[in-house]
Amino acid sequence: MIADDLKNFKKITAKTIPQDEPLAPGHRACQGCGEVLALRMVLKAIGREMIAVSATGCMEVCTSTFPQTSWRMPWLHVAFENAAAVASGVEGAYKVLRRKGRIADKRVPIVAIAGDGGTADIGLQALSGALERWHDFLYVCLDNEAYMNTGIQRSSATPFGAMTTTSPPGKKSKGQYTWKKNMPAIAAAHGIPYVATATPAYHLDLMNKVRKAVTIQGPAYIHIYSPCPTGWRMRPELSVESSRLAVQSRVFPLYEVIDGQYILSRKVNKPKPLAEYFKAQGRFRHLDEVTVAEIEARVNAEYEKIVKLAGADGPPESEAEKSE
Amino acid sequence: MSKRMGIEVSLAVSEAVKLADADVIAAYPITPQTHIVEHLSELVADGELDAEFIPVESEHSAMSTCIGSAAAGARTFTATSSQGLALMHELLYMPPALRLPMVMAVANRAMSAPISIWNDHSDIMAERDTGWIQLFVENGQETLDLTLQAFRISEHPDVLLPVAVNLDGFTLSHVIEPLMMPERDEVKRFLPAYQPVLQLDIARPVSMGMFGIPEIYTETKKATDEVLRNSKKTILAVWDEFNRVFGRRYAPVETYKTEGAETILISMGSISETAMTAVDEMRDQGKSVGLLRIRLWRPFPDEEFKAAVAGAKIIGVIDRCLTLGSHGNPVFQEIRSLLYPLSDRPQIFNFTLGIGGRDATRDDFKFIHDRCQTLTQEGQDRFEMVGVLE
Amino acid sequence: MAKIDALISWKEMPLGAHVDRPGSTVDFKTGDWRSQRPVLNREKCIYCGLCSIYCPEGCYQDMGSEEKYFLADLDYCKGCGICVHECPKGAIEMVVEEV
Repeated sequence: MIADDLKNFKKITAKTIPQDEPLAPGHRACQGCGEVLALRMVLKAIGREMIAVSATGCMEVCTSTFPQTSWRMPWLHVAFENAAAVASGVEGAYKVLRRKGRIADKRVPIVAIAGDGGTADIGLQALSGALERWHDFLYVCLDNEAYMNTGIQRSSATPFGAMTTTSPPGKKSKGQYTWKKNMPAIAAAHGIPYVATATPAYHLDLMNKVRKAVTIQGPAYIHIYSPCPTGWRMRPELSVESSRLAVQSRVFPLYEVIDGQYILSRKVNKPKPLAEYFKAQGRFRHLDEVTVAEIEARVNAEYEKIVKLAGADGPPESEAEKSE
Repeated sequence: MSKRMGIEVSLAVSEAVKLADADVIAAYPITPQTHIVEHLSELVADGELDAEFIPVESEHSAMSTCIGSAAAGARTFTATSSQGLALMHELLYMPPALRLPMVMAVANRAMSAPISIWNDHSDIMAERDTGWIQLFVENGQETLDLTLQAFRISEHPDVLLPVAVNLDGFTLSHVIEPLMMPERDEVKRFLPAYQPVLQLDIARPVSMGMFGIPEIYTETKKATDEVLRNSKKTILAVWDEFNRVFGRRYAPVETYKTEGAETILISMGSISETAMTAVDEMRDQGKSVGLLRIRLWRPFPDEEFKAAVAGAKIIGVIDRCLTLGSHGNPVFQEIRSLLYPLSDRPQIFNFTLGIGGRDATRDDFKFIHDRCQTLTQEGQDRFEMVGVLE
Repeated sequence: MAKIDALISWKEMPLGAHVDRPGSTVDFKTGDWRSQRPVLNREKCIYCGLCSIYCPEGCYQDMGSEEKYFLADLDYCKGCGICVHECPKGAIEMVVEEV
């Protein structure tokens, strides 16, 4: 029961942010990488007593050049599309080894970490299987909206109109030609206990969702919007700000889905104009005003769908606060 | 005390996995492996085997899950065939490189296209470079025995490599054979619980699956190659011990009436039994012929093979799969390159038999023997497909 | 003898090429990547900690409740400027590194 699992849940506040760094510096992520920032926050929220399973991608490559590793907990990387399947094996093994008394009878959080490519595209099958089989693990998708590690190619998470190397704007193209795949909804469709969206600018929201997710028994899915200055053609110091603007412009709504019930984390009554969110990002520079307006209309429609699913109002957006 | 019983060979695999007290089984069904995983499912459901049976959604995930499980320190098993094995392909390189023990039964089946559910060796031969220890069995008893031994070999601290046990799909997996079924206590003495050397453990955080720059990749492969070659020592020792405990002896290659044989035929897997009967009949006709069956395919047992064929003038290698566009198929290529340096090397000819489940008869072996007498090295510029309709 | 570009002998390769030194990337000082570094004006600092929270490297150190400020570890600081941009009091300034 989720309620039972969360009975003794201790919320992280501004004063109780864990000081430990389970991810060591010296990794090779780009300057200003929003994804490694998100990863750092995820691991802080859980602590070192966990097992990390990474898919191939930026976070794996940047942190594991032999003979150095950034990971201060047990870590396994296998391939690009199977983080969820590998995590299933770790989870199954831990279950039976505990039962047979071969390891300590203590629940250790198992966390699969993959990018948008390794989740929504090549990794979708393994994720769906793992969620359906009801493994007790957390799956974190660090979404920077393209296959960044291989050089900024489009994924199904690339937003409509965005430039990538395989959806370049040209005489016959306006960039990415499909709408971003709704991964949280796909995860939620499996009927799992906990799904959430998060982004680094709202760090307490992110860390509490992560902590909640690993506390709840059963499969959990968290989708983290992670700005990529390199791929988005953006100045590195703007990573956190663009993460904030994504929420404030309704491009990336923050919510949870607990036992199928949508709960808004933050209501955005007066959204910032989409153009403001796009401004800093070179990947949208080619879009004309008409297209931007079309995108904005769809962004608002998608946001309203979530609001409708949630039914009740979430905490209101405050103009004054930049974060919690 | 072992009990004599008649059992479908697939189920003997499952029973071996149960006797081995495996911890995790992750498998996806594919004909003709299905009975293995179905029976394991039943054993777990009835509480006869305390394991996690993970019904993965594809073979790619099956091998991924096995890797996760082995890394976490569990005794791990899977089974597959043909397309399923091929779907695992990118992952098969991982357990040897990551030194993760596990056992996989392969019910050998032909590769599509055209889609075939019947037996040949095209599935496993495509994986010969991966670094797995690879064994071939001929009958039900061997299947049971080698599956048990596979866990012991795989988990040995000097080895820590995955082991594939190959049994012919349908022609072996689906036949009922008499065999001696050991009891759990006997097996427990032979195969104690798995003691991982390194595992995913918060008490000792290890990173597995590192990013390998060119400055290290070569050395990691050299290290794995050495381990694979040296594993033969452990395999022989385990076979010795198995013989002491259960009274059945196994060797890397098995010879049948090869003493003084001018022509030796080479086979692998269950057609060897048909071949042995053909050899008996040919011997009765006064032909100087014997059979050598390869049980240990990887690491290839160079010394044992050479010793077993010493003195033969002609070697007829029977492959159960094709290397399209080449002068020779995998087993032939292996043997010809092995024997090439010999000053008095025999003539070596290549035949294929039983492709895509086509029957292999005693007459086929007789045909192959007789062909070997008339062929010349220069004359055979490519493998001969026995029984192909021109 | 052919040139060998290897890091270590195959005989010294650890089991499975696993790395048994958690957090060993601390040996890799990414500080030499940057072309500008953050400099704090301590008088403006309100000890909110956002610089430390938003640093992708996690290289900000809490100097304690007596000192009441955070200091970037220049061994790892890549000079991305997030801390400068996010500081609510504009207490941090980017200074170009001398060549």
